[in-house]
Amino acid sequence: MYHAVTIALLVTMALALLRALLGPSVYDRVLAVNMIGTKTVLLLAVLSFLFGRPDFLDLALAYALINFIGVLAVLEFFRVRAEQDKSDSNVENR
Amino acid sequence: MDTLLDILSWLLLTTGGIFVFAGGLGALRMPDLYTRMHAASVTDSIGPILIITGIMLQSGLALASVKLVAILLFLLLAGPTASNALASAALLSGYKPGGPASSTQDAEK
Amino acid sequence: MTIVFGVFLLTLMLITAIAIVRTQNLFVAVMLSGIFSLLLASNFFLLDAADVALTEAAVGAGISTVLYLSALALSAENERAPYSSHRLIALAVVSVTALLVIYATFDQPRVGDPAAPVHQHVAPWYLEMTRDAIDIPNVVTAVLSSFRGYDTLGEVFVVFTAGIGVLFLLDKPGARHGGTQTVGRVRLRHYLIPRLVGRMLIPFILLFGLYVQFHGEYGPGGGFQAGALIAASIILYALLEGETRALQALPRRLLTLLIASGALLYGGVGVAGMLLGGNFLDYSVLASDPVKGQQLGIILIEAGVGITVTGVLLSVFHAFAARGRF
Repeated sequence: MYHAVTIALLVTMALALLRALLGPSVYDRVLAVNMIGTKTVLLLAVLSFLFGRPDFLDLALAYALINFIGVLAVLEFFRVRAEQDKSDSNVENR
Repeated sequence: MDTLLDILSWLLLTTGGIFVFAGGLGALRMPDLYTRMHAASVTDSIGPILIITGIMLQSGLALASVKLVAILLFLLLAGPTASNALASAALLSGYKPGGPASSTQDAEK
Repeated sequence: MTIVFGVFLLTLMLITAIAIVRTQNLFVAVMLSGIFSLLLASNFFLLDAADVALTEAAVGAGISTVLYLSALALSAENERAPYSSHRLIALAVVSVTALLVIYATFDQPRVGDPAAPVHQHVAPWYLEMTRDAIDIPNVVTAVLSSFRGYDTLGEVFVVFTAGIGVLFLLDKPGARHGGTQTVGRVRLRHYLIPRLVGRMLIPFILLFGLYVQFHGEYGPGGGFQAGALIAASIILYALLEGETRALQALPRRLLTLLIASGALLYGGVGVAGMLLGGNFLDYSVLASDPVKGQQLGIILIEAGVGITVTGVLLSVFHAFAARGRF
């Protein structure tokens, strides 16, 4: 029962990895990382029941809480880059 | 009763798996960023709901179920928020729906 | 079936690793290494190594990405083109090493083989002694903090030294207020929903970090993981409200104090054991009952580890942030 879901999740991770490799834009790659993050949470939850170790759910919980920080950091990075580009072009104009 | 629960959770897990796979396929095959994001959000919302409910039926009333509810809650909070933030970042940077704007290509940056 | 899952994940990891090496764009490399960390944690989990997987979860998913990105904000987007000379020599060295490593794997026992030498040496003794002398369910924590207390002390001092080193390289107290745009501005202004949701998540991450810290004796967890999680929650606060606000809550002086006091607490527990008539890092003498003493010692040194890790990770983050870009 759990095997089918595990296979589906692993295949989806592979598809998302392909998207991350293909790009083409940076946003596609961030989307792919986020997708793989969610799939990892689900995979860990399913696997902990497949192995009969429900106390390992803590790991899935950790990922569910932490994944979001990465996306926020990326957004902040984009903003900083945009500001840098702006100030760089200002310097050139002068 | 147990067999009924087993059948129900099997159904939930399998449909969840199908939705997740379909979302992954969409994220790979769709033509531009926003449609891909649309497909990927399927794996962030309906997939976890079905799969985690399916597991919860197996674990019954235990600490594990509380943790599963927490996981589901955080996934449902963070997933759509991340999608929203990503979409608005892409839109603000000038990535038009329908085709990639050249300024957002990796090679240009 | 587990072995098939493992091989599949390893294949994905191999593809990701090759892509990281091949790409010239550093942002892409950061994103791909995030994926690599997620795949690695799944693989650790498949091998039943929950404590290591939790470390990878706490450090790899959140903090590494943040630190890589803040380093990237200080540097150029693209890697410089590699030097073209000496390529054949490098290829030859790598191929020979790879062949040697592959040859060495022929002698390796099967994965999870109970007759493997590593499971015959001290592992049975640890398993038995954990039940008799320490009486906690998680053998990993017992080995890490009691039987192998010296090694973990070494690790804490490695973290301590690394933190000091990074601070020496990056910290420029005078330049902190030189950055024009960083001081006092609200971050992520356009992203109202992420800010609200992020603010909601902070207390839960903090609470979960404390749970991981004090639940380490009973399940996967401990000081290293808890320190990373607590640092992650503060970093999230800094990302949402600006690092000025985060520094108001936890000033630099306090962070430096945390780095030192965690390592000192660990060493102090060891010295206390000596003063009470035992060996260095022998916790049995800390209480009248040796088993209770062991448990007390483990709680104390895990707290020391957590404090140092939190301090180091936050100091490194703030050192990058103080450069004015991120």
